[in-house]
Amino acid sequence: MAFGMAGKRRRKTVMTIHAAQDLPRLSVSGDAQTSRVVAEGPWTIFHSEVLEAALADLAMPHTAKVILDLSRLNGLDTAGAWLLHRLQAELEFHGSRVVVTGLEGSYRALLTEVEQHHPPEWVPERHPLSLVRVLEMTGRQVVEICKDAVAVLHIVGSMVTVLSGVFVRPRCLRLKSVANQFDRSCIGAVPIVMLMSFLIGAIISQQGGFYLKQFGADIYVVDLAGVLVLREIGVILTAIMVAGRSGSAFTAELGSMKMREEIDALHVIGLHVTEVLVIPRLLALILALPVLTFLSDLAALFGAGLVSWLYLDIPPRVFIDLMQVAVSTDTLLVGLVKAPFMALIIGLVACVEGMKVSGSAESLGRHTTLSVVKAIFMVIVVDGLFAIFFSSIGI
Amino acid sequence: MANPLNDPLTHAQSRSDDDVILRARGVTVGFGPVLVLKDLDLDVRKREILGFVGGSGTGKSVLMRAILGLTPRRAGDIEVFGVNLRDAGPEERLAVERRWGVLFQQGALFSSLNVRQNIQVPMREHMRMSERLMDELALLKLEMVGLPRSAAEKFPSELSGGMIKRASLARSLALDPELVFLDEPTAGLDPIGAASFDALILKLRETLGLTVYMVTHDLDSLHSICDRVAVLGEKKVLRTGTIEELMRFDNAWVQSYFNGERALRRV
Repeated sequence: MAFGMAGKRRRKTVMTIHAAQDLPRLSVSGDAQTSRVVAEGPWTIFHSEVLEAALADLAMPHTAKVILDLSRLNGLDTAGAWLLHRLQAELEFHGSRVVVTGLEGSYRALLTEVEQHHPPEWVPERHPLSLVRVLEMTGRQVVEICKDAVAVLHIVGSMVTVLSGVFVRPRCLRLKSVANQFDRSCIGAVPIVMLMSFLIGAIISQQGGFYLKQFGADIYVVDLAGVLVLREIGVILTAIMVAGRSGSAFTAELGSMKMREEIDALHVIGLHVTEVLVIPRLLALILALPVLTFLSDLAALFGAGLVSWLYLDIPPRVFIDLMQVAVSTDTLLVGLVKAPFMALIIGLVACVEGMKVSGSAESLGRHTTLSVVKAIFMVIVVDGLFAIFFSSIGI
Repeated sequence: MANPLNDPLTHAQSRSDDDVILRARGVTVGFGPVLVLKDLDLDVRKREILGFVGGSGTGKSVLMRAILGLTPRRAGDIEVFGVNLRDAGPEERLAVERRWGVLFQQGALFSSLNVRQNIQVPMREHMRMSERLMDELALLKLEMVGLPRSAAEKFPSELSGGMIKRASLARSLALDPELVFLDEPTAGLDPIGAASFDALILKLRETLGLTVYMVTHDLDSLHSICDRVAVLGEKKVLRTGTIEELMRFDNAWVQSYFNGERALRRV
């Protein structure tokens, strides 16, 4: 039964294909003075491939008079009408006098309409890759970087103004908005940040232990994990995660608000965009990142301790005792003190990129990508600077 | 495949069953517990311009989206070009989709493509044709909808509201559809722009043999170009007919719509 139905359907399809094979044709005949070009069949966009091929293969008659016979057309749309018009123009260009015959009334209106809109001669698009172009792009990039720098300074300046104005006008701090942003960028990030740090702590401890064991120095895993996690890994990993999570969200939010003229609406209502949208986000992030870093440190140390116990047979008590010797409060603070700066960088980059979004969806995507990439890169650069700074003051 | 009839005016009077290009029967659409449309019947005839009116929230856009298959329907059949969309396989559906064009209320131009590329999207995806022909046809369509050639390389964010409507119409006409759906085409246009848009739709009907399904609130459009007007209310089509017929239709909303102060002032 099923087979029969399939057969029936197949037959139907074949019939439609057969009907569709009523293809357009173009033929030339005639003598030395007059030639006759006959267009047949459906001249529609659905057959544009066949039509273009037929026109390309057509042997252009060079007689004084050409009769363009359209009486056998059984379908014409804009594409067909345009191709006919183009054919006629080409024939006339070759010096023939073209007489169109057999044009039905209904097609005449379409052909007349098409004739009124003769597009200019077609020139293929070219993108030359010249030296001038490279120089132009470089120049544009430099200008762009300068503009970014100004935008960043503008936001930092406004933030200082707002913070110093808090004593006079506490309302401009927008605590509600800060709390809301804090909830989204900190509380929401806790599980994923802790899970990731736990795994990284475990991996460090396992990998370190594997190699240190060969020298019988597996006890130093505690020093390795403690110092590495507290000084560097905790804060860097958290910052990268926050850049990917909150940074991209900031850019996308501000960007889509820009696209839908919401930013302009804020302007005309007389509100400062920086004060209303940017500063609450920045403040929330500056508060969130140290908290997240601390939690990430805890999770990573827990992971390291767990693996030390299971894999290297260092019991938790011993791990904790050794940890107390290995790290001091300074070690923890070295990591934590970097966090607000990284938060500031992530927030600034994200907001500046968000404000640069223009009308298209593509631009939104591009700036969101840029925001995350730039933020992560800057986080690592700043971490390097901090490392130089701390080693020069001897911590 | 436009196949214009010889006399563009006879179609409005013809009542033959073969003339129906879109047939909806018993269409029911709901969101959660709320039914927006219930047992709705509708016929759109070949080469007519059907205006669609109704108060806010009566489901004009929902009906259009249900016909287009963008909103799922709970019951009912929709038959377009003789194909029942419920049983249609992917290929049949695609064949139908190539024969209709849609102008969304906000234009819905692809923001990352310029106007020329926007118009070429359907050609590029559904047809095999040379780059040259696509460029030529895109410019042709652009001019047919009354945009200057300089608009071709502009991006949607650089266009005015009226230009977006026109560019979007050009895109919906890219494959020379037989049926176009227009969702409030003249909303947000100035009266001169709206009038020229109306004239454009009339002219395209003459040259391309279009059937037009138009959701509109513009009384001028309804009076000047619509052959028939359908009134949506109480979850179904209350009445279809010419404006004169509707003016005599005894329904409070219809009366205040067509014989209200705004409607009478336009004379």
